[in-house]
Amino acid sequence: MKLLFQFTFYAYIFVTITYLVFFFNQNKQVRTLARYGMLIAAAGHLLYTLLRYFAGGHTPITNLHETVSFAALSITWGYLSFRWRYKVKNFGVFVSPIITILMLIAALASQEMSRELAPALQSIWLPIHAGVALLAYGFLALAFCGGIMYLLQEREIKNKRFGFFYSRLPSLEALDSLNRHCLATGFPLMTLGIITGMLWTKQGAGAYWQWAPKETLSLVTWLIYAAIIHLRFTLGWRRRRAAIMVIIGFLVALVTLYLASK
Amino acid sequence: MQADNIIILGVNHKTAPVAIREQLAFSGDSALPFSELMALEGCTECCILSTCNRVEIIVVSRDPDKTAQLLRRFLFGQSDITDQESEKYSYLHRGTEAITHLFRVGASLDSMIVGEPQILGQLKQAYKASAENNCTGAILNRFLHKSFTVAKRVRTETNIGGSAVSISYAAVELAKKIFGDLQGKTVMLIGAGEMAELAAEHLLTQGISEVIVVNRTFENAVKLAQRFNGKAAGLDDLIPMLEDVDILISSTGATDLVLKQEDVKPVMNQRMNRPLFLIDIAVPRDLDEKLNKLDNVYLYDIDDLTHVVDINKTERDKEAGRGERIVTEETMKFGQWMEGMEITPSIIALRKKADVICKAELERTLGNIKDLSPKAQKSIEKMAGAIANKFLHDPINYMKADHPGDKGEKLAFVRELFDLDRDQG
Repeated sequence: MKLLFQFTFYAYIFVTITYLVFFFNQNKQVRTLARYGMLIAAAGHLLYTLLRYFAGGHTPITNLHETVSFAALSITWGYLSFRWRYKVKNFGVFVSPIITILMLIAALASQEMSRELAPALQSIWLPIHAGVALLAYGFLALAFCGGIMYLLQEREIKNKRFGFFYSRLPSLEALDSLNRHCLATGFPLMTLGIITGMLWTKQGAGAYWQWAPKETLSLVTWLIYAAIIHLRFTLGWRRRRAAIMVIIGFLVALVTLYLASK
Repeated sequence: MQADNIIILGVNHKTAPVAIREQLAFSGDSALPFSELMALEGCTECCILSTCNRVEIIVVSRDPDKTAQLLRRFLFGQSDITDQESEKYSYLHRGTEAITHLFRVGASLDSMIVGEPQILGQLKQAYKASAENNCTGAILNRFLHKSFTVAKRVRTETNIGGSAVSISYAAVELAKKIFGDLQGKTVMLIGAGEMAELAAEHLLTQGISEVIVVNRTFENAVKLAQRFNGKAAGLDDLIPMLEDVDILISSTGATDLVLKQEDVKPVMNQRMNRPLFLIDIAVPRDLDEKLNKLDNVYLYDIDDLTHVVDINKTERDKEAGRGERIVTEETMKFGQWMEGMEITPSIIALRKKADVICKAELERTLGNIKDLSPKAQKSIEKMAGAIANKFLHDPINYMKADHPGDKGEKLAFVRELFDLDRDQG
């Protein structure tokens, strides 16, 4: 199992490097290599997570290694689901490094299986809450990548200096619809994550809300994304502003994720 | 066959003005004079490429010097151009030079706009016409096909056809980077002018759904709008209509600004911040420079667009350099193939191939038999050589024999049958 994790990890590193090489030299064969590599890594990663589930008897989201690995998994599959429906040029180049960094964190953390779960964790709500929340983070991470790509591309078009990124990045429209798609999928998942978290807290501690730091921060993150959605869909804060907002939102979300997985 | 047997006589946009090109034989669209060309002394194969920018006659000849002379007389015969003038306006390439030339033409390295893709289609058409008239043989078949693959190689391995090199195309390309798909977008044209209309036309071919024409005099607007199947409007309606416009092209003769930042700012809110692409091709400028500072508004004036085109042109020139290297490489390979298209080298290649096979098989067999006297080994080796020689006897006689018909065709057939050109692609 440890071997499978290492295999997946190296596969992601390979994908990232091939994507970067493709980004510079624009050789289509290299891209094909990266795409297949991504599929193999995604399959290996999924298999690893399933094996760990059966070996441990509980959903593998109980410690830092498992949480971060699961977050990477949801980014990967979120990316693949997006790939399947839309075409965003060179998106993989920006997504694969994030996955690899998460996998690096997971690789450095202790991979010990927690045999005896703390009583609070022995709940049906754990897999539901954590799974849904991490999937939401996956989509928010994708929106974050799209936001960065948008700002890079817009700067070149606005300043009329067509440098490195202009020909390599997709159209602003494509990046904006990526933003919309990720928000429309990620936000409902996040809401669901908070509701299930509340139910879990009620079960464990007797109250729905305890104002723990992680709860407060989750709420703040949720409010930020609610504001983004509201501004975007009713006031037309799209494109540049939407790109900036999802970047800020994701950075806050990262802090929350860190606190939540502690 | 020597590479020198290939000659190309041609004129193009660089060597002759259109006034001269018009006077050449078959510059009209009448039937191409294949039979006349084939009747020229020495000529065994020919192909004619005639486009609005060039006329090229590609000929394979047994007597290149003589044929070249006749060819020139034929091409310029109907015009009042003297021999000396004709030499000035045309070029005659032979051998390797001719090979390089055709490869460059096919790969669009010799075009007026380097990298434009039409020339390859025209060359394919020319080859088809020539083949249908039975004017191509072993050499031209291979030569022309090779020029197609070289063109394809240049196109896929370099970025020669990559970016827009005219202002209106550059505008379309930018619009695509902003809006992605242009389907369903609306264009507004303020004023009229060749460049603005050209840009509008390019945009229409990309699936723009509506064109609105605005003019100071309403009648003019109506007239132009009819051409694009669009709506007409007066200058007063400009700002209210802006809410539904995605791309605006302005080219009025006005001395003042037509659109100011203050005018557009409130419109952006009404538009829910949908992006607005403003193109200002007027001199003096029609659109406020400060417009570019607004969120989701992209303003390009004529200098910006020219700058884009200039960058793209330098990019193309760089790519063309890489294309030239591919052409040089392929010319060398083709030259080698031409050299092999003689009887003697073909026989040598055939013998060599038999030798290589004999050696390999002998090594394998003798390696497996341990207790063999040196004498027996020698006999087996001799036998293998004898079989190969006997077997090759008839094919070699066939090559040497003086059959009626195209000698090149026969050689090419044998070379293909025994797969003698494998290394040369």
